[in-house]
Amino acid sequence: MLTKRIIPCLDIKNGRTVKGVNFVNLIDAGDPVVLAKQYAVLGADELVFLDISATLEGRKTMIEMVHQVAEQVNIPFTVGGGISSVENVNELLKWGADKVSINSSAVKRPELINELANKFGSQCVVVAIDAKQIEGEWFVHLAGGTIPTEIKLFDWAQEVEKRGAGEILFTSMDHDGTKAGFANVALAHLSSLVNIPIIASGGAGTMQHFVDTFTIGKADAALAASVFHFGEIPILDLKKELKNNNIPVRI
Amino acid sequence: MKLIIIDYGAGNIKSIQFAFKRLGVDAVLSNTIDEIKAADKVIFPGVGEASSAFKMLQESGLDVVIPTLKQPVLGICLGMQLMCNSSEEGNTKGLGIFDVDVKKFSNTVKVPQMGWNVIKDLKSDLFTGIKENEFMYLVHSFYAESCDEAIATSDYDIEYASALQKDNFYGVQFHPEKSSIAGEQILKNFLELKTNH
Repeated sequence: MLTKRIIPCLDIKNGRTVKGVNFVNLIDAGDPVVLAKQYAVLGADELVFLDISATLEGRKTMIEMVHQVAEQVNIPFTVGGGISSVENVNELLKWGADKVSINSSAVKRPELINELANKFGSQCVVVAIDAKQIEGEWFVHLAGGTIPTEIKLFDWAQEVEKRGAGEILFTSMDHDGTKAGFANVALAHLSSLVNIPIIASGGAGTMQHFVDTFTIGKADAALAASVFHFGEIPILDLKKELKNNNIPVRI
Repeated sequence: MKLIIIDYGAGNIKSIQFAFKRLGVDAVLSNTIDEIKAADKVIFPGVGEASSAFKMLQESGLDVVIPTLKQPVLGICLGMQLMCNSSEEGNTKGLGIFDVDVKKFSNTVKVPQMGWNVIKDLKSDLFTGIKENEFMYLVHSFYAESCDEAIATSDYDIEYASALQKDNFYGVQFHPEKSSIAGEQILKNFLELKTNH
């Protein structure tokens, strides 16, 4: 049986993890390669690296990081942030990234999804969608959720699937950072509309939140950052709890 | 030992090369027919679309060479699918090494299958030290049907062949290079297979 995935997300700026990570016994918690190896050992199913560098120099450092992670880590990983062209993706995949995640660039130029799916295959194209509820309706937001658009979440999700996305990473801006649980109603609706895997993101605070997003939210994977980085929820404990709730996981 | 990864333009090669490097073996990328024939072991990778990948094989003459190889050959993911008779992806024929067809998962499940699933009914020296129901990482929309040449099966939508073997030819649908410690063991087992050529 295909298992539900647990995905820690690391924010990277100029080749270093930011927001901090608080593992015991780590000499350098800022080094994404060290962290990635640690997460692989701890039972993470996949990793996401989000490049938040604003400079060209930072982007170049990201390529080096991708190379090192691919060299040293034996689980799959996705790279996102600032990707806007076939050339960007070609370079990241060439150095060993398994998937790339695109967000604002896909909204600005939806054909990019088709181009990437045709050239590299749908399996490596993750479309990240940030959305917020306005008067009861979900709208897509850009630039880390700061810029609203008139695009409706559920329309956009169906369009990205048609254009060849292999997976959707849905972040609810209303839930992100609250630690009050994932946007399960919206997630379940997404799952009923599209036939590609959905990664739930935004709102993880307790193990029960993960149980809920897999059962009520019908998510295929769940992504979180701080609850993993600060050891609030150890991945192995989380997986045991999921298993106790009859949710298939890899232990 | 000379380990060659066939480089015919169908992605994912770096990860495989890195995985062997972690095992202390330098894998060489090559599309040269003589070099491939002379290797001790051959990896036949592939990520992407079947019909265009098969065209690339035809253009380089590799479609004729690969089925004649005598040393152990390991097809990974699309590589394995291309070793079958045919694929529904782009309605292409394959190399015909494995007597089985490749079909698309139905819409009753999410497609692609993406993530960790178990492999079972293991029967090959490729799986020495691997326990039944071990987890492997998979990403695929098409599958080889259950058949006599299956050396592992998995369940998604239906039961299908997640690994195949015929003589010196091995194929795995999953990505051993991305499947943690157990995946590394499978690559190690492949390196330890006897070479007859």
